[in-house]
Amino acid sequence: MNAFDISFYIFAAGAVVSAAVMVFARNLIYCAVGLLFALANVAAIYVLLGADFLAATQLMIYVGGILALLLFGIMLSVKFTGVELRTGTLQMLPGLLVVAGLLGLLIRMILRTEWAMLEPGEFQPTTASIGRHFMTDYLIPFEVASVLLLVALIGAAYMARREKS
Amino acid sequence: MKDLLDSILQGSSFLANLSEVALAILLLAIAGLLFAGVAAVCALVFVYVERKVAAHMQDRLGPMEVNTGIPLLKNIGHGWAQTIADALKLLLKEDIVPGAADRKLHLIAPFIIFCSVLAAVTVLPFGEKLVVSDMNIGVFFVLAITSFSVIGMILAGWASNNKWSLLGGMRSAAQIVSYEIPSGLAVLIVVMQVGSLNFGDIVAAQAGGLFHWNVFRFFPLNLIAFLIAFLATLAEANRAPFDLPEAESELTAGFATEYSGFKWAVFFLSEYFNMFLIGVFLSSLFLGGWHSPFGGLLGGFFDKGLWQPFWVILKAVVIIFLQMWLRWTLPRLRVDQLMYTSWKVLTPFAFGLIFFIGLWMLF
Repeated sequence: MNAFDISFYIFAAGAVVSAAVMVFARNLIYCAVGLLFALANVAAIYVLLGADFLAATQLMIYVGGILALLLFGIMLSVKFTGVELRTGTLQMLPGLLVVAGLLGLLIRMILRTEWAMLEPGEFQPTTASIGRHFMTDYLIPFEVASVLLLVALIGAAYMARREKS
Repeated sequence: MKDLLDSILQGSSFLANLSEVALAILLLAIAGLLFAGVAAVCALVFVYVERKVAAHMQDRLGPMEVNTGIPLLKNIGHGWAQTIADALKLLLKEDIVPGAADRKLHLIAPFIIFCSVLAAVTVLPFGEKLVVSDMNIGVFFVLAITSFSVIGMILAGWASNNKWSLLGGMRSAAQIVSYEIPSGLAVLIVVMQVGSLNFGDIVAAQAGGLFHWNVFRFFPLNLIAFLIAFLATLAEANRAPFDLPEAESELTAGFATEYSGFKWAVFFLSEYFNMFLIGVFLSSLFLGGWHSPFGGLLGGFFDKGLWQPFWVILKAVVIIFLQMWLRWTLPRLRVDQLMYTSWKVLTPFAFGLIFFIGLWMLF
């Protein structure tokens, strides 16, 4: 077992434990903190696999943007409207069915996939090739995504303004 | 870093006998302790400098009394030991957690902020070979990892269970998320010109003296980009005139109101080390990093060896002085002015700059 394996297992265990915290915590703030550590650990695994740009993007978008807004929303609802934001166990039977189905699918996928092993050696820079792919092979999906984001932005601005009139 | 490690390894039989894993853990521990120590010293020095700069700007004395206390040396040194006394006081103070606070989150919040700042420093270059992790995406990594600090501030504000703290936490969230955009765009301008996200490449592209630095290229467009980056990072560091999250006249101490003792010291440590981080970051991107302003003078004598960390730290200190200067001369912005500055001034200007510099590069 070398340093690579040990770091992988540390981060994998961290991801699983914090994901468990996220799912089982009753207090929504704790769920968000669990999500924070889960995202960070997954980003660390990306780095181990040589996907450094993806890891930094994950931190930037999910931690800096989405999670901050999530916490913002939870804070505003709890402290200013006095709503207790706690989760409970609801819909046991349908939930179990969905989980069992998903688990089956995932196990099937894990067993069937031919996993590519990482070649030891220096990591190649990924940014240049990602950029090239965005501007050539995946230009249409890239642009469509940006239009989608623009639409969401305009929609949000419209909804925030409407109450005035 | 790798070369340095190899040379250490060959020189010491003790280290060479360790297994790879133990060595990695040992190195991590050493690097962590080293940076935490540097952060502590930085904070000590900069707190003293801040007090003295404030005193001079406002025509007063600042700390004058605290020194060694040895009879003959008593009147020397303008209260140089003030921050050491403060640090000892903070370490010895009782750690008070409010009864209604969320103890766990209250505990981890300051450390999340501190770790994010500390992690960002690992990719900053202090010389051609003097960088802990010469990461291919260094610039992007700094922007990404420092976004953890906003989570720490929100959690601190929420966990304290105090209205001032909560307002401070919310303000910091809104502020940092907004100012990430102009700072990211200003950084993008440099990245676009150099064609690399690696700090080493960016600094190496600025060799050849003062007028080859990025800040003077595409004159005056890059100068405006530097101003945007400076203001946006100032706001991200929660420094006056953008210190609304901890506005002491309205919110006591904002998200840090309910903190005392060592945990409060960690907030302070992060703030001052963050200023240093911003100083090195901006100097690498715009001010030539480890290059001297003299270019090839005396056969490039000033660009070699220990001159490199000297120039980096000197430039960082100049930027920190500018930050302090602004803090002690400008009044604090209102919340609406803060948002106006980010969304209606800095962001459109940054987009305009990207467009015009792009045109300039094409033709």
